[in-house]
Amino acid sequence: MTAPATANAVEHVAAGEVLAFPAQEPARAARDSRPLRLITCGSVDDGKSTLIGRLLWDTKAVKEDQAATLQRDSNGKQNDLGLPDFALLLDGLQAEREQGITIDVAYRYFSTDKRSFIVADTPGHEQYTRNMATGASTADLAVLLVDARVGLLEQTRRHATIATLMGIKQFVLAVNKIDLTDYDRARFEEINHEFRELALSLGVRQVTAIPVSALKGENVVYDGRASMPWYDGPTLIEVLELATTRSAQTVGFRLPVQRVSRPGESFRGYQGTVAGGSVKPGDSVVILPSGMVANVTKIVTFDLVRNAAVAGDAITLVLDRQVDVSRGDMIVAIDSQPLTGLAFDAQLVALQPEGIQPGKRYWLKSGSRRQRVQIQPASQLDLKTGKWNHAEQLPMNAIGKVHLAFDEQAIFDTYEQNRFTGAFILIDPDTNNTVAGGMITAKRSALGGIHTEDARVILSLPADLADQLMATELFAGRREEAEIRRVSAGKAVEIIDDIDG
Amino acid sequence: MPHIHPETELHNPQSAKPPLDPHLKALENEAIHIFREVAAEFERPVMLYSIGKDSSVLLHLARKAFYPGRVPFPLLHVNTGWKFAEMIAFRNEIVERYDLDLIEHINPRGAAENVTPFSHGSALYTDIMKTEALRQALDAGQFDAAFGGARRDEEASRAKERIYSFRTPDHRWDPRNQRPELWNVYNGMIRKGESVRAFPLSNWTEVDIWRYIQAEEIPIVPLYFAEKRPIVERDGMMILAEDPRLELLPGETKREEVIRFRTLGCFPLTGAIRSSATTLDDIISELETATVSERQGRAIDRDQSGSMEKKKREGYF
Repeated sequence: MTAPATANAVEHVAAGEVLAFPAQEPARAARDSRPLRLITCGSVDDGKSTLIGRLLWDTKAVKEDQAATLQRDSNGKQNDLGLPDFALLLDGLQAEREQGITIDVAYRYFSTDKRSFIVADTPGHEQYTRNMATGASTADLAVLLVDARVGLLEQTRRHATIATLMGIKQFVLAVNKIDLTDYDRARFEEINHEFRELALSLGVRQVTAIPVSALKGENVVYDGRASMPWYDGPTLIEVLELATTRSAQTVGFRLPVQRVSRPGESFRGYQGTVAGGSVKPGDSVVILPSGMVANVTKIVTFDLVRNAAVAGDAITLVLDRQVDVSRGDMIVAIDSQPLTGLAFDAQLVALQPEGIQPGKRYWLKSGSRRQRVQIQPASQLDLKTGKWNHAEQLPMNAIGKVHLAFDEQAIFDTYEQNRFTGAFILIDPDTNNTVAGGMITAKRSALGGIHTEDARVILSLPADLADQLMATELFAGRREEAEIRRVSAGKAVEIIDDIDG
Repeated sequence: MPHIHPETELHNPQSAKPPLDPHLKALENEAIHIFREVAAEFERPVMLYSIGKDSSVLLHLARKAFYPGRVPFPLLHVNTGWKFAEMIAFRNEIVERYDLDLIEHINPRGAAENVTPFSHGSALYTDIMKTEALRQALDAGQFDAAFGGARRDEEASRAKERIYSFRTPDHRWDPRNQRPELWNVYNGMIRKGESVRAFPLSNWTEVDIWRYIQAEEIPIVPLYFAEKRPIVERDGMMILAEDPRLELLPGETKREEVIRFRTLGCFPLTGAIRSSATTLDDIISELETATVSERQGRAIDRDQSGSMEKKKREGYF
């Protein structure tokens, strides 16, 4: 529970004088786990920058010359403990330093003897949904920060909701500035209890609450027993060391094909990263969307011919017969196939000022597959109440439920089942910018989940008349039940003729 | 028809090595994924090759990504004419050993005007011989994607850079207007003239680089290992005093020291460190107890605060 480095050491950064240390500890042993990716949520007022700065400082991820630069940039300003202003360490861009704001997502790296960590550091206020969603998309765990004096805020609910939607299942509640409550145990328990109820309502089961003083470094990397003898739980770093990384190994085999390798006539391999399950020579696989079947003969990597590959491995797969496979196809387990179809339901986060326009044709990219899609927003999440309200379009930072309509077969798992084959981005063909991140929730049957025995009417109307009808209150109220496709008049005739047989 | 790499033979000698630990394996998998994605989505990719340790790792990952095929894009070395002699010798050997296509580019204007770090100062020299030269080479090759070995842990402005870092037709980076990057789904859509810098090593740290070099037995320039070498002290840095073009200033003396380099760039701008690390084990344990960052020895980062961001916005890597 001490701050090991002092600002004094910072002044001695002269050439050649610093690195002559004998090895004080043996070289780190091989790391037996993957890096843990986490996201920190909270506002500047909650002490988020201080917490991350503290993590970097106490794990010695900040070096003296960086601290010296900090020292210089902050004109020698220090916090009460003689440590540099951590916020400056984190705000890397000129604009941020000048304006004293944090923009965008930054990634930080630190490690302990047991594990290494990647922190997605996102600003607490401005455009938080967009940035949080970006940071959370790859995170295994979320650290939610609250000020012990203030307790849970509406913002805490928002952050927890977004993190949950993005599929994060492990949470740490860091009750910060506990020193300013005189290490009040009852206060900590009260906040802890309140958060557990919130977590339960979101379906989150793995929550660890920790009383923390980021400023003093208590219960972050070093324990705070001296000040809080009543707390016998883990420190933040201990929780992070033991957290699990998300794995897609328990689901069916998925290989989105990135490229076909044909270095010569005698070799043809399909290169990609296993997005789910595992594979071994002899396995029967299906190539989607064509539906052709083949058997795996070899798994080739630079190092050796492997006898198995699991989710996360970048491999080259060789099949036993000549089949037509190209980039964007997916090679999958024959006995556990993903969903294929022309219509899906999804949740998405709108990332750009233009929002998401109904009926506009976007590019959708999922894995290595890119195809055209039309988006029909259905509802938007009210982060304040947790309710989904009817919506026609989605402005920036909105989280919405949408229907996706494709021209060609699409291939997905649900996001719940597989975080890689269930995720996608939308690209605006006019600007080429990434305008949304989305998660598949279900495949829509051709009838949109409606009871098949119910009677239905197919109308073909001029677009303007249809628009007027759809704008009526009666229609809007039951919009979810309607299937709508915008097509040319010629195509409409074709479809209806087809029904008449 | 491209020829088959000799390593198509299935008894690759590499297979005798123990498997990578899960941490390095995860980083390797991510980098290979990025390499393949860029190679598939862009028409004319190129890999920036600076001959340093990160470039050596990057090249190794490229070879792994496309095995058993050849690396399907050329390497671009932007030479300033002031690299360490050992670096150039190493580069030539690697290009031959791995059957690579190398493009070397020196800014002809800089060469004609005899721009040197001594005559023009480090800031202007870097601007002309590195930033401007890089832009020239990328334009000449009409490259729409350039791989680089930058890591986010290196420098504050890099911590916010995407893995696909979008550049305007005049190679500018706009840090305030970057495309969001979610999951491992990368947006490679660009207009003609625009380009992307792709950073497969974004999530690696300096220690990861060294541990990977050790685990994979990747060849690196010997300057990274401690040895007795001639040096001269200048502007608080120990500079290698081997090149005849280095003129001693009044009061400077040449002397021998056991030193090594933690990063490699242009020799007049790269400071050595006193170190006795002669093996990879030594280097890794030295790093794990190091109290300064690797860029501490690089003069160009220190010209002014936020100087790397400024260079990057202008098209520097």
